[in-house]
Amino acid sequence: MGVGITVEQLNAFYGKTQALFDINLTVLANHATALIGPSGCGKSTFIRCLNRMHETIPEARVEGKVRIGEFSVYNGTSATQLRRRVGMVFQKPNPFPTMSIYDNVAAGLKLNGFGNRKQLDQIVEKSLHSSALWDEVKDSLHKKSGASLSGGQQQRLCIARALAVQPEVLLMDEPCSALDPISTGKIEELIFQLKEQYTIVIVTHNMQQAARVAEFTGFFLLGKMIEFDKTEKVFTNPSDKRTEDYVTGRFG
Amino acid sequence: MTSTSTAIVIPPISLWRRIVDRTMTGVAVLTVILVLLPLFAIFAYLVYKGIGAINWAFLTQTPKPVGEPGGGMANAIVGSMVILAIASVLGVPLGIGAGIYLSEYGRNRYGDAVRFISDVLNGVPSIVIGIVAYAMVVLRQKHFSALAGGVALAIMMVPTIARTTEQMLLLVPQAIREAAYGLGVSRWRTTLSITLRAATSGVITGVMLAFARVAGETAPLLFTAFGNQFWNWKTDQPTAALPLQIFTYAISPFDEWHQQAWAGALVLIVLIVSAVSAVRIAVRRGTLAGA
Repeated sequence: MGVGITVEQLNAFYGKTQALFDINLTVLANHATALIGPSGCGKSTFIRCLNRMHETIPEARVEGKVRIGEFSVYNGTSATQLRRRVGMVFQKPNPFPTMSIYDNVAAGLKLNGFGNRKQLDQIVEKSLHSSALWDEVKDSLHKKSGASLSGGQQQRLCIARALAVQPEVLLMDEPCSALDPISTGKIEELIFQLKEQYTIVIVTHNMQQAARVAEFTGFFLLGKMIEFDKTEKVFTNPSDKRTEDYVTGRFG
Repeated sequence: MTSTSTAIVIPPISLWRRIVDRTMTGVAVLTVILVLLPLFAIFAYLVYKGIGAINWAFLTQTPKPVGEPGGGMANAIVGSMVILAIASVLGVPLGIGAGIYLSEYGRNRYGDAVRFISDVLNGVPSIVIGIVAYAMVVLRQKHFSALAGGVALAIMMVPTIARTTEQMLLLVPQAIREAAYGLGVSRWRTTLSITLRAATSGVITGVMLAFARVAGETAPLLFTAFGNQFWNWKTDQPTAALPLQIFTYAISPFDEWHQQAWAGALVLIVLIVSAVSAVRIAVRRGTLAGA
């Protein structure tokens, strides 16, 4: 089951440059929340703060409070512990190049010391089913490397890999930007199903996509969150002029 | 631009450009031949000079005293293998470890210092490294040994392996590391199981390069392994090595020894080439098809 996310007064920096300014946000459990905004506005930085991926960059730092379920993200939780509960799918599909399809999906569990072969088989199958990839790869699980799949398949493999560790939250950083419309459609369908079990935060450049998959949408501009509301409201009747300009395509 | 576009006429490729094209291709082929020629020449000459003295006795017997016909370099062949094994056991983990540090943790001033020192170490003449091993191991043990030879060669292997490992790890995209972090995999586990594995073939190339380079080293063994005319199975005793044996025989005044020196050189090259190819094939088998 998914859990909710609360963000209070979040500020993020790259060295001396501030990338995020006083972000406050509440994400509801088992819903999809989309973050939109022009390039460089801090959407990606923001979701990378949610699973502490931001701090893997040299000189990057974060201030503020983030709670995911009962976890306080920046207080008393180790980054590795947290990331096991918060899955992430990246912009470019990044399967482990030296591993088979099976090993890619099993990687998160195996590398964390989970060795029950039989259970692992079940989890791998279930995860690949959930990411709608099972039928395409079931005959070559061990034979083919993850890198030999097509781009869209690779991205669904990465989703399966993230699901295999059974997270509560799934962060998606422009998961469809490198994919064709058919693969994009498959992944959007997937997001719809995954909402039942996970809380999803998705960054996207595609406003139609945000409108299709997400119940809530946040609009970012220059490191600030300008507006956060029900998706319908943001797209049809935004309360801020800048949001309106952006969603109607007048700038950005 | 008007809507009635004029057709663009592409002129046929001029004679001059075709001549330049052909000439440049020719020059490229020629340089490849020039580079490969010395290699083949050396190998052919070695075979020509050395093959005559290679026989069963040469590969299975120890050297005979001057004047007595026959004898071989069996002890030197085995001695070289022992010394190289010691060098690899000491040098490879150290080199790879240093490479991992430089690439994954050493993006700072301390890392720069290590990088600089390792490049300097790479340029230190091998005989100087021999002296260091002499002072460190031989003087303490009170006698020459295979161990001392192995230590000298290991010191020479470390900088090469460290720098190539670093380069190969840096080639692994950051996205792959992030994928592992995103699954809650710790940093050291990511480095060992993901990053290093993705860079395996490159790292192995570095190791083989270092191995092949030190396998033929003579100077650092002169006063460490020292050489031995008899069988020796103890790593703390003076040990024969092919390069040493070749050196001794080559500067001797006896024709028969010269013959054996050529044969020894041929055996040394064949050993290095087969060791390197064996590792390459093993690595290729081990990695996934289509990766």
